[in-house]
This record gives sequence, structure tokens and C-alpha cells, in this order.
Amino acid sequence: MFQSYSQPLEFTNLTSWLDAALRENLPEFWAVFIELALVGVVLLAAYAVLAMILIYVERKITAFFQARIGPNRVGKYGIFQTVADVLKILIKEIIQINKVDKFLFYAAPFFMIVASVLTFGAIPFGKSLQAVDFNIGVFYVTAVSSLGIIGVLLAGWSSNNKYSMIGAMRSGAQFVSYELSAGFALMTMVVLSGTMQFSEMIENQAYCWNIFNGHISSLVAFVIYLISGHAETNRGPFDLPEAESELTAGYHTEYSGLQFGFFYLAEYLNMFIIASIAATVFLGGWMPLQISGWEGFNQLMWYIPSYIWFFGKVGVLIFLSLWVRWSFPRLRIDQLLNLEWKYLLPINLVNILVMVILVLTGLTLTDLF
Amino acid sequence: MRTFKQYTTDLFGGIKSLLTGLSVTWKELWTKKVTRQYPENRDMLVISDRFRAELVMPHDENNEHACTACGICEMNCPNGTIQVITKMTETEDGKKKKELDRYIYDLGMCTFCNLCVITCPSSAIKFTNHFENATFTRHKLVQQLNHEGSKLGVKKKEPTSSRPSPKEKEKSL
Repeated sequence: MFQSYSQPLEFTNLTSWLDAALRENLPEFWAVFIELALVGVVLLAAYAVLAMILIYVERKITAFFQARIGPNRVGKYGIFQTVADVLKILIKEIIQINKVDKFLFYAAPFFMIVASVLTFGAIPFGKSLQAVDFNIGVFYVTAVSSLGIIGVLLAGWSSNNKYSMIGAMRSGAQFVSYELSAGFALMTMVVLSGTMQFSEMIENQAYCWNIFNGHISSLVAFVIYLISGHAETNRGPFDLPEAESELTAGYHTEYSGLQFGFFYLAEYLNMFIIASIAATVFLGGWMPLQISGWEGFNQLMWYIPSYIWFFGKVGVLIFLSLWVRWSFPRLRIDQLLNLEWKYLLPINLVNILVMVILVLTGLTLTDLF
Repeated sequence: MRTFKQYTTDLFGGIKSLLTGLSVTWKELWTKKVTRQYPENRDMLVISDRFRAELVMPHDENNEHACTACGICEMNCPNGTIQVITKMTETEDGKKKKELDRYIYDLGMCTFCNLCVITCPSSAIKFTNHFENATFTRHKLVQQLNHEGSKLGVKKKEPTSSRPSPKEKEKSL
């Protein structure tokens, strides 16, 4: 029924037209082949562009939090600052380090990049704007994004540097612990929606976002997911692996040029990925805000393209993550693990139980009203 | 042994303090930006009068300076920044007199210790706060402080203070 509304700005029009045109003029195999190649190119391009935008936004918002102006020299308001930075990092020399484990050292950044690109493909950016729509989407995303930690550990191990090694070990401990919480928080929502497929999850949230649907339990899961997601990206108060004062730069101390750029890019994209999964699972993804019964209002909301809804929600969550990052002091490693194992995990386990009871006894908002 | 009650109070106390922290930074987000943007704010730039940026030799309107070429500044300079080159001239009544020919100051060597200004018996030199001294080549940092064709001025009764107020500085520049 949503499809009946006029959506001239939706990407679906473009993609279906392209698909039809290709299939008309080419044999089936080549049409599919070209489409796959196109999707790959578009995803990689979006990956790079998003990272650049994120870095700019982060620098600006960071500056505002510190009562500064931020980059404002390259282009109007400094919008070309990251373009200049990327160009710089592309032409920088990659320094050859003598006593590193060469193969692992050069492979490590690719693990990070591949992990985040794989996750990137499963994110629904808008209505039918999703590269792969697995029926186990949530599971896939959780599994694939955990690959990144292998990159971090390899980087620390192969660098032959004690700081890198300590940084990587800390990162490993942190990632493994918080992955658990993030996974449980997502599981709570899977219990609520009864599906692991992102597209179905979003359809279910058409009139009531999951965060409202499961009220208390959803809210707790949301907060836990944001905290543990934030910890997984090694940022903000959880940036122990890169504790500058103790470990120089942690696991990427020995990296330079584009290889360092890969780590940097992956860090920012992980922030985006965490925010977009949170938006999809808790805030209804690309689904516009709708209230059942208010047909006129719903119609109006549908005129805003779905990808704008998606990026709006993700933007709010990213802002939240930056806000947290510039508010709180860094945790010590024991405090970090304390927070996870003594607070987040037990609360999470209770929460999942509460959610199951809510769903079984029909106390969710959609059941009640 | 921590009780469950302690655990929950710890938890909610922690959440409360985190929210307080967030509210503080939220307010900070909307405060006025304190950044001063340097090349644009030259007009309202405030630099302390005592800031020592560049050595100058003030000349009056008759192109006269106060340097008697005694060389005390040159002797006091810890790293050979100043070079006082003199010439011998004859006055009308036939007396031979040592006079300043060139006063060479190498900004690149100067440590801005102020010893030359302090020891100058005739207050002929002083430091200004004109700090934009960057050049592309080093030899541009070697300057001649006395102007072309300048001569020693008639000694006036001057206040002993060797640091005139900034307004007077502006005039003498």
C-alpha cells in the first residue's frame, strides 16, 4: 500500500528503469553481471564518500563542543578539508619497516576494510536500496563486523612493537567483551520483531518503531547497543587501544600512508555502520515516521524520500556518539571490563528475558493498542 | 560483599552522573566560539607592549637617531647579532669624530634577550612588537637599522624610561 504513493525522488525508479533497460538489450547473464559490478562500484564509492563526510562532520562537531570553529580554510566552511586530507594520505610514502612480519603486516588493514565493506553491503539505505537482503541479516552483520578485530590483532602482532601489541590485546579484550553485549541487544530486538531479515524488520516498524514497541525493554537494549557499539569502534571514552599517552597510537603505530588511511577509514565507517544498524533495528530504518490513523500526516511523511529518513536517523545517532565521545573521560581497562561484565551483560540477560515475557504476554505497544 | 541495593544505587548514580556530564557538554556546544582567526583579526590583535619581536632604531622627523656608535650593544650581545660599523668624520671645527655608518642587525641570530636595549646609554634602540618577520630567505633577516643618510641627533633631555608608550612607538615607526 505504500507503493501507491507517489515517490518521484525514490531510487527505486532509477534502479528498476536501469534493470529493465539492461534486460531488454542484453542476455540475462550479462545484465546480472553488469548490475552486480555497478552495485559494487556504487558501494565502494559510497564508502569512500561517506568516510570523507563523516571525518568532516566529526571535526566540525568536535570543534563546536570545544568552542572552536574547526576547519574553515579549504573551501567555504572548510568543506574540502577532508578531500585535501585524502589526497595527502594517498600520495604519502608507505614506509617499509624492517622487522615486521611482512605478509601479516600488509594484510591487516585489508581485514579491517573488508569487514566494514561486507557489513556495508547489508545495510538498507533506503527503500529497496540494499545490496544483499539476507533472511539472517542481523546475524550476518554481527558475524561479519567481528572480522575487523582480526585485522587489529594482526596489525598489533605483526608490527613487532610492544605498544602495538598491547594496544591490539586491549582492543581484542574490549571487542570480544562488547560484541557479546551488542549481540544480545540485537537479539532482544530479534525477539521483538520475530525476524532477522532487515527488510522485514523495517516493514514491521511501519507504524511503531521498535524502540517504542518494546518500551522499557527496547529502550534498555537501545542504550546498551549504543554503548557497546561505541566501544566496538574503539572511540570516545573507550579508546584504550589508542591511548596516545601510553601506547603512542596503539595497534596502528607502525602504519603510514594509505595503510594507516585504511584503519582510519574503517574506524569512521564502523561508527556509521553501528549507527545505521541501530537506526534500522530500533528506529525503523528508512521507514518514515507514521502514526496509524493519521492518513494525511503519513502521506506527507512519505513525500520525504526514504534515504533522507535513513540518513537523518543515522545522523542523529552519530551526533549522539560524538557527543558522548567529547563528554566523558577515558575508562581504565579494568573499569572498561567491569562495565561490560558486571553491568551491561547481566542487565542485558535480564532484559532479553523481560522482552520475551513482554512478547509472549502481549504487552508490546502494537499488541496493546 | 556488595549487596544488590548497592549495585543498583551505583548503577543509577552512574547513569545520573553521565547525564549530568552530557548536559554540560550540550550547553558547551552552544557557547560562543573562542577561536581568533589570525590574519583576519590583525586590526583587533592585542599584543603586550613588552613583547619583543624586532629590534628597531627610532628616527625622528629630521632623519636623526640617537646612536653614538659606542658599540656597547655589540659587546653585550651574547651571540653576535649586532654589528656596529663606524666611520670617522670631521666636524666644522676640525675635530675627528666617530660616527655610525651602518648598524647591522641579524634577526635570524637574535634571541630577543633585550640586553642591547637595557645597556644602550642613549636609548637609541628598542624592541617593537611587529612580529610578522617570516621571510623566504635567510639573508632578508639581516637588516640595517639606521636609515639611509641619517645622522646623530642633538641630545635632548629625555625621560629615563627606555620604553615609550605604544602610541609613541607607532609614531616613531
